[in-house]
Amino acid sequence: MKKNLLISLRLTIVLIILLGLAYPLLIAAVGKLTPGGGNGEKVVANGRVVGYKQIGQSFTGDRYFQGRPSAVNYNAAGSGGSNKGPSNPDYLQQVKDRIDSFLIHNPAVQRSEIPAELVTASGSGLDPDISPAGAYIQVKRVAAARQLPETSVRQLVEKHIMKPMAGLAPETINVLQLNIALDQLK
Amino acid sequence: MTGEIMAVIATFLVTLLLAYPLGRYVARVYAGQKTITDFMAPLERLLYRISGIDPLQPMNWKQFLKAMLTINMLWLVYAMLMLIVQGKLPLNPDGNPGQTPDLAFNTAISFLVNCNLQHYSGETGLTYLTQLLVITFLQFVSAATGLAALIAVFNGLKHRTTQNLGNFWMLFVRSVTRILLPLCIIGAVLLAVNGTPSGFEGKDTITTLQGDTVQVSRGPAAGMIAIKHLGTNGGGWFGTNSAHPFENPNYFTGMLELVMQVLIPVAMIFALGFYINRRRLALIIFTVMTVGMLCLVIPNMLAETSGSPAIAQLGIQQPTGAMEGKEVRFGPAASAYWSVVTTIISTGSVNSMHDSSMPVAGLTQLLGMMINAFYGGCGVGLLNYLIYMIIAVFISGLMVGRTPELLGHKVEAREVKIAALVTLLSAFLVKAFTALAAYMVAHHPDMAWAVKPGNWLNNPSYHGFSEMLYEYTSANANNGSGFEGLGDNNPFWNITTGFVLILARFLPIIGPVAIVGLLANKKFIPESPGTLRVDSWTFGMVTFAVIIIINALSFFPALALGPLAEYFSMIK
Repeated sequence: MKKNLLISLRLTIVLIILLGLAYPLLIAAVGKLTPGGGNGEKVVANGRVVGYKQIGQSFTGDRYFQGRPSAVNYNAAGSGGSNKGPSNPDYLQQVKDRIDSFLIHNPAVQRSEIPAELVTASGSGLDPDISPAGAYIQVKRVAAARQLPETSVRQLVEKHIMKPMAGLAPETINVLQLNIALDQLK
Repeated sequence: MTGEIMAVIATFLVTLLLAYPLGRYVARVYAGQKTITDFMAPLERLLYRISGIDPLQPMNWKQFLKAMLTINMLWLVYAMLMLIVQGKLPLNPDGNPGQTPDLAFNTAISFLVNCNLQHYSGETGLTYLTQLLVITFLQFVSAATGLAALIAVFNGLKHRTTQNLGNFWMLFVRSVTRILLPLCIIGAVLLAVNGTPSGFEGKDTITTLQGDTVQVSRGPAAGMIAIKHLGTNGGGWFGTNSAHPFENPNYFTGMLELVMQVLIPVAMIFALGFYINRRRLALIIFTVMTVGMLCLVIPNMLAETSGSPAIAQLGIQQPTGAMEGKEVRFGPAASAYWSVVTTIISTGSVNSMHDSSMPVAGLTQLLGMMINAFYGGCGVGLLNYLIYMIIAVFISGLMVGRTPELLGHKVEAREVKIAALVTLLSAFLVKAFTALAAYMVAHHPDMAWAVKPGNWLNNPSYHGFSEMLYEYTSANANNGSGFEGLGDNNPFWNITTGFVLILARFLPIIGPVAIVGLLANKKFIPESPGTLRVDSWTFGMVTFAVIIIINALSFFPALALGPLAEYFSMIK
């Protein structure tokens, strides 16, 4: 017993140094070589940092493409989903309200055209992406609010579609980067 | 959609392609044969010398378990103390406070037992120091403990008659230096390159494009996320685990994390074949487990990709499937596969919020954890399967009227009693505690506790019951995922799940090691035409049937009250 305890104590101390310190420091050293230096890749627009490439943000006005509903209001100090069950009546009411509000802001859209991701909260509350369908459906509203021709906004959306893993993975559009490009569109 | 399903199949195939050679390598490592990682030998000798370990000293099953339990006890005390005082220690750029004693009790046990039930959020509940020196450290050593215990069992099965199950310290150290650490370095580098933070800067404050001020949590997460998957731990750096865009930045990292969590459990099955030289047995076990996995994956994926019937009734299209609690970059197909893999393998990391899964998907997640032996956790999955095999051997023996045998050793009353106790224990822990919690919610909702029982649940009705059932099932399976709507950071949940965790970890390890220790002591009986061959397909099917029957008898009533009732209420 005493011998086991002594071995345990010494082995624990050495392994804490190896696994808790040396290993993460090695990875941090590798991370220094990546974009963002291992502290997250920042996005710059008009000379100021406006966010992180991977972290979604809230867009509320008609002038911007909007991302998904978020249970933490896109404050990445924390993260969280709604954790609402599929049969929860309060939750279904909430989705209904989101649909109604979306239809008011996008009068040209039919209810059946709204893709589910625009009225359901993401898992992390920080989802940076929407699907191409989620962007196309907002083109008319954004173009009208900015008095831009619809075709040029639509082309901008097309340019921002990502097709990862040779097209096998879901297609995504990074909402922040789309909106930055939108601001630059004349 | 077809593309997404093909991507999932590709992910699984890549896992197999890597797991087979890894299994061969693992067998060579523990047998002490030449491998490509022999450059680690000086490091191992250094660890042995500093710690005073004689790696060649044989151990019988009792000595083995004593060594294992002693060091585990020490880790528990160390982890709990660190978590309570973390607020006053360095490497805390966000100024997070120490954990309350009941939360520290739960967290320390949870990571010690490879479960990683997290009743805190990583952004606010830990400091960088405890994330690394406590959490990451425990994720390595708890996985290595499971692997060492499994190799002890292999040793008992390998030899005709032996007292020696192998030296715990040597098996444990090699699990770290030869398997976990090298694989983790590869995985962590790939994550860091794809954008997972690895630096030590604290929370950042930014002004967004439309002018809001928000904060962004960061930290040296990449290394921890690698071991969280390779060690089938599952506890995340950030609150939402691998749904968080820093923890799992894109589809490639999603595949990588899926491969990493399945890799070692599958490799250990192949390793069994190479190590004890029974490849046919390994193939049969692998097949039974894979069929079991498919029985869970297919209904789950169908339910998730066809979308929520309740949302469809609101007139909304769900071309990609059910999206509540899911991330666009993964989509429902990959999220469905993940939710099954993480529950059968006892990882418990998530890339979507299971609380928002469709009822059928939730059912398969619960079943995965209840069975807990389709691949299963690092080392311990095969130990759980061995328990089912003992029961199957016993039942088959009764049917043909012979004394049951396992690989040349008589299985007698003592071994069957241990196996039966381990099996019954999990059903007892899950149902008794869920009943207690449900009783509190129903009859004492206004109890003046830290959080009133009436406020525990995030969803009403059947789904609320599922939240409680899931929590104890996850604790009992040492899984760690949750229906996270449950308000679980309060003394009731911290303490009750803490006890479930510790019982459900160590008894299922002690049981199989003891059984094999006892068996290996017995006289070896050479195979004869009357021997029950465990490496036959018939016996594989019997084992599968035993798994289904035991779990159906144990859990069907509870499942009927939760996900099944919810399913039927939704289709009307």
